[in-house]
Amino acid sequence: MNIQLIALAFFDGVAYAALVFMVAVGLTLIFGVMRILNVAHGSFYAIGAYFTVSVGGAIFAAGYSHWLAFPLMMVTAALVGVVIGGPIERFLLKRIYAKEDVLQLLVTFAVFMIFEDVQRLIWGAQPYFDSSALTLMGNIEVLGISYTAYQLLFLPIVAVAVLIGLRLFLRKTLAGKLVQAVTEDREMATAIGIDADKVFLITFVIGAALAGFGGALASATTSVVPGMGADMIVLSFAVAATAGLGQVEGAAVAALLIGLGRSFAVYLMPELSVLVPYLIMLAVLLLRPEGLFGKQQLRKI
Amino acid sequence: MNFKKLLQLAVPLVFAATSAFAAEKPEKLHIGITAFLSGPAAVFGVPAKAAAEMMIEDINEAGGIGGVPLSATFIDEGAGGEALLAEYRRLVQDEGVDAMFASISSGNCNKIAPLADDLKILNIMWDCGTQRIFEENDYRYVFRTQSNATPEMLSAVLYLLKTKPDFKTIAVVNQDYSWGRDSWEIFSTALKTLKPDVEVVAEFFPKFGSPDFSTEISRLLALRPDVILSTSWGGDLDTFVRQASQRGLTNNSTLVLPLAESSLERLGDALPSGQIVGTRGDHYFLHPEKLSDPAFTGFVEEFKDATGSYPIYPVYHMSQALNAFKGAYEKAMEANGGEWPDKEQVVDAMTGLTFVGLGREVTIREDGQGVEDQLLGTTVNSDDYDFATLGQIMIFDGDQITTPVGKVSADWLKALNPDFIDAVNVDTFEQ
Amino acid sequence: MASNNCERFEEEVLNYRFVIPLGLIALVAVLPVFVPWAKIVLTLAFAKGLAVLGIIVLLRAGQVSFGHALYFGVAAYASAFLGRQFAGGELISMLLVGLLVSGALSIVVGLFVVRYRGIFFGMLNLAFSMILYSVLEKFYHLTGGSDGMQVARPTVLGLSLERDNFEVLLFYGTVLAAISAGFAVHKFLRSPIGQIYQAIATNETRLEYLGVSARNTLLTGYVISAVLCGLGGSIMAVAQGIVTPEYTWWIRSGEFVFIAVLGGSGSVGGAFIGAITYELVRTYAAAFAADIWQMVLGFFLLGIILYASRGLYGLYDDLLKPLDLKLARSRGAGK
Repeated sequence: MNIQLIALAFFDGVAYAALVFMVAVGLTLIFGVMRILNVAHGSFYAIGAYFTVSVGGAIFAAGYSHWLAFPLMMVTAALVGVVIGGPIERFLLKRIYAKEDVLQLLVTFAVFMIFEDVQRLIWGAQPYFDSSALTLMGNIEVLGISYTAYQLLFLPIVAVAVLIGLRLFLRKTLAGKLVQAVTEDREMATAIGIDADKVFLITFVIGAALAGFGGALASATTSVVPGMGADMIVLSFAVAATAGLGQVEGAAVAALLIGLGRSFAVYLMPELSVLVPYLIMLAVLLLRPEGLFGKQQLRKI
Repeated sequence: MNFKKLLQLAVPLVFAATSAFAAEKPEKLHIGITAFLSGPAAVFGVPAKAAAEMMIEDINEAGGIGGVPLSATFIDEGAGGEALLAEYRRLVQDEGVDAMFASISSGNCNKIAPLADDLKILNIMWDCGTQRIFEENDYRYVFRTQSNATPEMLSAVLYLLKTKPDFKTIAVVNQDYSWGRDSWEIFSTALKTLKPDVEVVAEFFPKFGSPDFSTEISRLLALRPDVILSTSWGGDLDTFVRQASQRGLTNNSTLVLPLAESSLERLGDALPSGQIVGTRGDHYFLHPEKLSDPAFTGFVEEFKDATGSYPIYPVYHMSQALNAFKGAYEKAMEANGGEWPDKEQVVDAMTGLTFVGLGREVTIREDGQGVEDQLLGTTVNSDDYDFATLGQIMIFDGDQITTPVGKVSADWLKALNPDFIDAVNVDTFEQ
Repeated sequence: MASNNCERFEEEVLNYRFVIPLGLIALVAVLPVFVPWAKIVLTLAFAKGLAVLGIIVLLRAGQVSFGHALYFGVAAYASAFLGRQFAGGELISMLLVGLLVSGALSIVVGLFVVRYRGIFFGMLNLAFSMILYSVLEKFYHLTGGSDGMQVARPTVLGLSLERDNFEVLLFYGTVLAAISAGFAVHKFLRSPIGQIYQAIATNETRLEYLGVSARNTLLTGYVISAVLCGLGGSIMAVAQGIVTPEYTWWIRSGEFVFIAVLGGSGSVGGAFIGAITYELVRTYAAAFAADIWQMVLGFFLLGIILYASRGLYGLYDDLLKPLDLKLARSRGAGK
């Protein structure tokens, strides 16, 4: 493997990792605060993608500028978070926080199943595709290989921006600090009077919005098809578990590990590329049971 | 040989001896059709279901089959294996359907073929492509009313060798599931036999439903193979073709896409000119021999109006299954002196049956396999349509490119020789 | 003598409580005589029920595995390979090899995963099952890839049976296996080791202070649960006549957990009540609402979680409560 190939594999890995991070970071956040594995996260991702593609297609068909694709992505994210995520937390999840873990997991599983059919009823089974955003940005030649600027530059930049934005939110704003506090120690946080209900709602809306945003970003690079959510969920799970509960920075590192691992596998051992995320996850958890950045939970006697 | 076995052999003989045995003419003929209505393969199932409903209505308006109207019940293959098998049995054992059309997925055909024989129900495999079914087992009740993977792949190899005889290197990007693997196996075996000096420079099998092929494409851009094969379909093929054309992969490499007929309209102008496209038979809405046939052009128009899209290959497959079913009843009735046939007589009539769907004539061989001609072309972007259409069309004779009865595809392909490229019967159309 | 009273009271209640499930089992057992196609559906339902029973063992310790389809699949493939190796194979040996392989694998995986709890336990199991899934798809020369492998109808104790007879036999065999496995798990959960599971769920640290190794205890349960999943998988393979990688897909693992909750995660009977209900709802939903069968199941599940979180068995329990009270009263009055 010469230096050129290493460089190419690196670029591909980073581009892929950026997208995976976008989807997984919301899951990680929800995971950390609510201790819920949100299976419906894949549905938010898929709906974000479907919505962007179908609305975008309609806007462009009506003759509006293709640059509108970018603001549309933000709108999609907000809509998925507020219109879908919010009500689900308020009217469904809120009612089961007191119940066993397994029920909490299954509620989101049920929501996922329902959404699978809702998507099909709304959008049918045909693949959708709209790469306006990607085409607008054009291509870049690197080492004689043509890359799309969207994947090579834009996605990683957006991912870094989201990471920094989340960090600032968690460290500098009051709402963010509350979220952070609940992630660190829920019992203590509620004991000192933090309104956990509010924190949960904020977290879930942001998490769902991030999933929708990930779907919106992905829609420019991929065919939007039924079942796309199911595949993304498992990958996001792997990222979240590798990162550790609620570790936003950890999700970035885990996504990079998985992205680079996968792209190098495609270059060296294509047959292993599918296994990479799971192998990385197993290896990390074997060495660090709480994940890369996870903290040892205090044991209560 | 025990007494039971003897009986089993004797019963049909007795029936055969009493000629012109008439069964009760039913109120209606009921068929069960399995198709993907959910999941990625719904891109095939949904149009096929729409087509089946339209065609059944047409058949019934024209007096049904021997005066008996048809009705269909659909099963979603996307509901998973257990649900499919349970539903299949319920339709056969409880509802008493007259025939089953199953299915799209080769995996499901594998499940259903032995079951159909056990339940003694006529089963038409209306869309699945695996060549293994009739090469590995004998079935009395199972038939395929279209070609299988071997002629589909072999014709793609032949078309490639006829149009680009000098290429040196090839890479493959197939979906990582049985179809992707099997089709490459057949394609590469045929290619190595007919052009031994070709070098395979990369084999990629990305996960089925992979959202992104960027890494594979980077690798291919660096490798610059002359030809890239992909037997992918649906969203996977769309994504791959778009990402490939966006990044200029088609500037140095020719794509060979044996299933791309089903993606042409969706791909729009993303599929550049000069790429090789297959149709899993002779399925093409601008079939050069059918453009003057009002029944064909009428249906294409009607389908486009009803669904918003031009028909794709599963629609043609559905028409073949329905016409074969109708043809078998008519043939069995004729053999029965005009009386209504029983189910076994209909099954007997399937073998050797010749029928026409929305393409050229198809014949069912004694092993149950349909023999179908293969149409391929090269993409052209013109002003007539806002998506790529096919030029340089060739239609290969199905008889010559289908594995003979009783032979296994891999062995038969290895026994071919390079003269075969020129010896094969082909009709060429310059459009 | 309150305690004595209590025991007698329990006996009474249990006795008549046993009558209804036994009646149900009898009903299920004769159903195939009247509805031939239901035979295979119920066989599959009981096979899944066995796997769900395995999930219930772990749930008792408060652990949710999202990857037990791993054992379901590995046993199914082991049976299929054996069948292929010995042209047709023999039912009993196929089931045994499934049990052995799933048991052996669960010891290896179990040693690793019992160190984890909660979400991580579930996730790791998921990762292992996904690895097997990918391997089954990749090594298609051996496994037939996504199309899977056909499983020819095996002989039973050397007898070759017609499909119909074979299915009858398989059905009653599965029902028997389900009853005995159900009984064994019931006993296990009531044994001292089973009682420790409750403690793992509530407060593991305290347990460690008492000198009980939670890990070793959990490993026992993990192997039991895996073997039950394996038995279910092998039966499924033989009943369906085919194995595919889909046996190990994460959605199937989710399905097991789904059924456990649907039936009532605390109870052995719930596993089978849940599995039969699930299978019937799914079959009919797929038949009469082909476009929205997943939605139907999803709403069904939501309804159970929100309004009857003890599952179907819990509903049954609630129905009988008034009767219990009546009984108790009448006994009290008789004193």
